[in-house]
Amino acid sequence: MAVKLKPPLLVGDVTSLRAGDEVLITGVIYTARDAAHRRLAELIEHRRDLPLELEGQVIYYTGPTPPSPGRPTGSAGPTTSSRMDPFTPAILSRGVRALIGKGERSQTVVEALQSHGAVYLAAVGGAGALLAETVIAAEPVAYRELGPEAIYRFRVKDFPAVVVNDAHGGDLFRSGRDRYRRRS
Amino acid sequence: MREINTAAVTGLVSSLYQEANFSLPADVLAAFRNATQLEKSERGRKVLESLLENADIAARGRVPLCQDTGLAVVFVRIGQDVHLSGRPLAEAVNEGVARAQKEGCLRASVVNSPCLRRENTGDNTPAVIHEEIVPGEAFDIAVLPKGAGSENMSRLRMLRPADGLTGVINFAVETVEAAGAQPCPPVFLGVGVGGTMDRAAGLSKQALLRPAGKAHTDPELAAVEQEILERVNAVGIGPAGLGGTVTCLGVALEEVPCHIASLPVAVNIQCNCARRASGSL
Repeated sequence: MAVKLKPPLLVGDVTSLRAGDEVLITGVIYTARDAAHRRLAELIEHRRDLPLELEGQVIYYTGPTPPSPGRPTGSAGPTTSSRMDPFTPAILSRGVRALIGKGERSQTVVEALQSHGAVYLAAVGGAGALLAETVIAAEPVAYRELGPEAIYRFRVKDFPAVVVNDAHGGDLFRSGRDRYRRRS
Repeated sequence: MREINTAAVTGLVSSLYQEANFSLPADVLAAFRNATQLEKSERGRKVLESLLENADIAARGRVPLCQDTGLAVVFVRIGQDVHLSGRPLAEAVNEGVARAQKEGCLRASVVNSPCLRRENTGDNTPAVIHEEIVPGEAFDIAVLPKGAGSENMSRLRMLRPADGLTGVINFAVETVEAAGAQPCPPVFLGVGVGGTMDRAAGLSKQALLRPAGKAHTDPELAAVEQEILERVNAVGIGPAGLGGTVTCLGVALEEVPCHIASLPVAVNIQCNCARRASGSL
């Protein structure tokens, strides 16, 4: 049974999750990738105001394709999360509770998830058309000039993901790989 | 002598690039279906089902299969008895890529001056174009939209001849292991061996054009491909990296002669969204 998540999230909503749990997210999530992360991290470093409130929010690492007429978004699957690693501790310090992407995180990020009370979720990489079906509405909220790298507010219904790194050190990528590794 | 106006090249590149981004080749879909039978992890099977569903949604709705609609890699084979008229070939190809981006609502994923400015070029150009002159009057184009997630995990190493075939195989396996969940597994591998460093890299990309499930025509090299496939599938990464027995769906290896002192090996990782399309004029 998948756990239903409805952002904004409280610390308790995510500390009850464990690596391997499947989740379905309904509500608002924010997209951000490389260029937006660099800008947000700089603002945080200089203690300036951010273009959006991060407390309790979910960040989705994606750069969608432009929507065809009549659709809220184009294809919108996860991008490689490790590129956001250098900026992630700063983002988490502002109360972000969940990050969605694909692929492994650095040890620094894994530890920051535990110290801040947040989780890292994986969505299926390569399933951008399928995941876009869960997006009901999309609007740019910051850095429009970055095009696909702008921050969008997505309203989603039952966006599917799985907990990879929980707030207690659990790691599905590691445990899954160990379970199926065969010695040759 | 056959004359081809490059305006036709623009049209062909545009339609092929869009087709590649909306519809996976039949051999790739067959590899997904086959993998659902082979995969031991339930979570892995569910990921594979999602990929099949994704392909269906994309093809029916003409929605890009993946939001990373790729850096356009375009292979052009030109018969030496063909005369190209009109705009220069590279311009015609780039115009086709730009048209596909606009018409197909594809993503503009290219930045200029990666050292200094990283400004988006706005139309997904320029393409990476590989030209090959062949005998006759043929004019063939293959497009390979290449996502950065898998490209970034690709590697090249100049092995010592003493490292031999074992070194080649180990390097391919290590490359996939180091990439982990990042390149969108289950992946396809293009392995280029020999030549110089650039030749090996080009060969590894070209190998990705070979249909999934089609072994090398040389049985000894086909056996090498099979060994790499089996060893990679023993690492446990699995679909989406969540653990499983299907990490790789196919290995295509190509070799060319090299220097007596060299053994260049390039491993180009292709994501599960292994898009390609080809056509002729």
